[in-house]
Amino acid sequence: MTGSVTGNDCDVVVIGSGPGGATAAHILSSAGWNVIVLEKGRNHLLELTEPYGPMGHFSNDEIKFTRRHFLGPDPITEPRTFRRSESDGDRFLTGHVNSLPSTVGGGGVHADGKLPRFREVDFSLRSELGGVEGADVVDWPLEYSDLEPYYAEAEELVGVAGEAGNPFAAWRSSPYPMPPGADMYGSLLSGAAALRHGLHPYRAPTGVNSVPYDGRPACNNCGFCAFYGCPIEAKGDPVALLRRALNTGRCQIIPEAYVHEITTDTSGKKATGVRYLDLRAPVDNPGGPPVHEIRSDYVVLAGGAFETPRLLLRNGLGNSSGLVGRNLMFHFQTMVAGGFPERLWGASRGRSVTHLHDDHIVGDKAQDVAANGAGLPWLRGGIVEHGGAAGPILESLSYGSNQHHAASMRASALRERLWVFTMQGEDLAQPNNRIDLDPSVRDAWGFASGRVTYRPHRHEIATSDHVAPILESVLRDAGAEWTAVSTSPPTNENDPHPAMGHAPVSYHIMGTARMGDSPESSVVDPSGRLWDIDNVIVADSSVFPTSTGYGPTLSLVALAARATRLAVGDPLPPTAPAKP
Amino acid sequence: MFSNFTASQLVALRCVLDRVIPGDDLTPGAGEAGGAEYIDRLLGAFNFDPPQIWAGGPTSGRRGGAAAFDHWIEMGEWEKLAWRTRIDQWSLVYEAGLLALGDDFVELSPDQQTERLKQTSTEFRSVLYEHGCESLYGDPIYGGNRDAKAWQAIDYRGDVQPEGYTDQEVSAP
Repeated sequence: MTGSVTGNDCDVVVIGSGPGGATAAHILSSAGWNVIVLEKGRNHLLELTEPYGPMGHFSNDEIKFTRRHFLGPDPITEPRTFRRSESDGDRFLTGHVNSLPSTVGGGGVHADGKLPRFREVDFSLRSELGGVEGADVVDWPLEYSDLEPYYAEAEELVGVAGEAGNPFAAWRSSPYPMPPGADMYGSLLSGAAALRHGLHPYRAPTGVNSVPYDGRPACNNCGFCAFYGCPIEAKGDPVALLRRALNTGRCQIIPEAYVHEITTDTSGKKATGVRYLDLRAPVDNPGGPPVHEIRSDYVVLAGGAFETPRLLLRNGLGNSSGLVGRNLMFHFQTMVAGGFPERLWGASRGRSVTHLHDDHIVGDKAQDVAANGAGLPWLRGGIVEHGGAAGPILESLSYGSNQHHAASMRASALRERLWVFTMQGEDLAQPNNRIDLDPSVRDAWGFASGRVTYRPHRHEIATSDHVAPILESVLRDAGAEWTAVSTSPPTNENDPHPAMGHAPVSYHIMGTARMGDSPESSVVDPSGRLWDIDNVIVADSSVFPTSTGYGPTLSLVALAARATRLAVGDPLPPTAPAKP
Repeated sequence: MFSNFTASQLVALRCVLDRVIPGDDLTPGAGEAGGAEYIDRLLGAFNFDPPQIWAGGPTSGRRGGAAAFDHWIEMGEWEKLAWRTRIDQWSLVYEAGLLALGDDFVELSPDQQTERLKQTSTEFRSVLYEHGCESLYGDPIYGGNRDAKAWQAIDYRGDVQPEGYTDQEVSAP
């Protein structure tokens, strides 16, 4: 596979092995295509030889997963930069910025697997609710009904545990493949209080086995869920999809393969394959890492909404619209913490989050009044996750050096007695919010680092300001003795020391290669291919035209399944709501 | 075992860690629990092959399963480069910090120690505090949290695979 070759090495190269790339690899290899998956990061997920068993690298280890860059990317070799606007100069800070894991399995490895679907209205915000000044609110080029069969397929493949408990949920053609797992004690308290406030909490659809499923065991509630790889493979995403792909015998996964170029023919309108750096070679290899080339009929781009536009911009590809990297969206995170008199065990037992409510997405009269007061036509928040806190090292760091450190840790006000609502607020697309190439910061291999330029729209701040007091009130009613609000990014950007830092900490990154109906106003066509190069499929959350208030993973898996099924000529038939 | 520190530096490091993250009658201080050894092992990670940066898995053996945390995970070439760079920076920070604390640090009164600590760099105090917290409340495999006493003090089981928790333990108070 080294150097120049004649003929093609495979039918398709998939760049990135996260949830989107894994889905593409599964669908395409199952359809008989020969697939090579190139992953920039290392492999800790599964053996790459039969029977593709677990590597045993994941463990209940706070140091490894939260203090030592185990899942990558390491900001020393792969720095990223951030600024709020051009008035910050070339950059405001350099280092760790929205660094989703760079490893076989991608962001699926560290996620706690909350996998909600979007709702019907999310696909048509512009036509149903209208635009917002200063934002580029658009309709998706497809509807919920177009995606429903693929949502059902995604839930089946990943293994989602859930139930029909959300009154606002979109229609479904089939039940969840598994019942929900164990409710966390804290969520029973916060859920009951939410009900008393007229809210509608429900058991979160979760990509974690509640019963043995697909050859993997049920979750045993170890508590190391968000930010940890699962030691027992109870999390389905992405190991289930990658293992299925490998089992076809037509898929090869190559880790430590950094794709730096999508090659094209002389017209520039057809991709011919990729070139990648082999990072397995010693660092002192003369002339840098060896470059390998793979030729293929198709390329699937699934590096995530940060790396995908970075690669396209570096190569000058796919950007006739000028929109590559633009309309970058995160979720505006509002974290409302409550301190309880007793231990809730939310930091150490269960799936990190077990309940959600959607009420601040759906809205009500008070939310309309708040919108009016802010001079906005509407406000849309996001799912509120009812969840626990993090491990003892993080708690320990938060107390600072003082005489009472040991006593504070035993009292555990900020860990075992803490319960947290996190709202993943809808972030409106703005063309000036973008990923581009930093003018001077480089990664270890000499390529321009990705740079985030991002400032929230006042819609996000107004929504957060409206919802936070409601969540504080619910937590008080649940039994909290005190509450505190923090947001990411900060609502006041003049705050010199914001609690969550200046750059958004959200790993939900979207919109940087938006999908649309015309090549002038979008990067990707409704079938998931670059308008400019129709044998390149984009299979990650770059394609989202809006962020919605829901976690992106299930939707990007469904979109990747749809795009690749369309490519192999095997789309799923339309579905209808299941009879109750 | 090879150490990055002299015997007197290790003593000073233990002492300053107990000053920064002090213990009491129920919880050990960060130095007492092995914080200096944690830092020494981190700075000396590349004296081992594989480097002792990432402990193995999936189980420690404390709750059943194999005792696999000491099967340290192989690092990639570029990961090694990043970690050597990081460790070189920390080594300089510790060297300068210990120099500023002085040879007589352990003999000073608590108030004098506090004063002396103020004369070290912000970076030293910050790195020392972070490593102190990691050592005290992280897994004992990394050299700190001796006999998991800090975990016992906070009623924390640490790693629980393959045992986990029952549904009842998750849902009941």
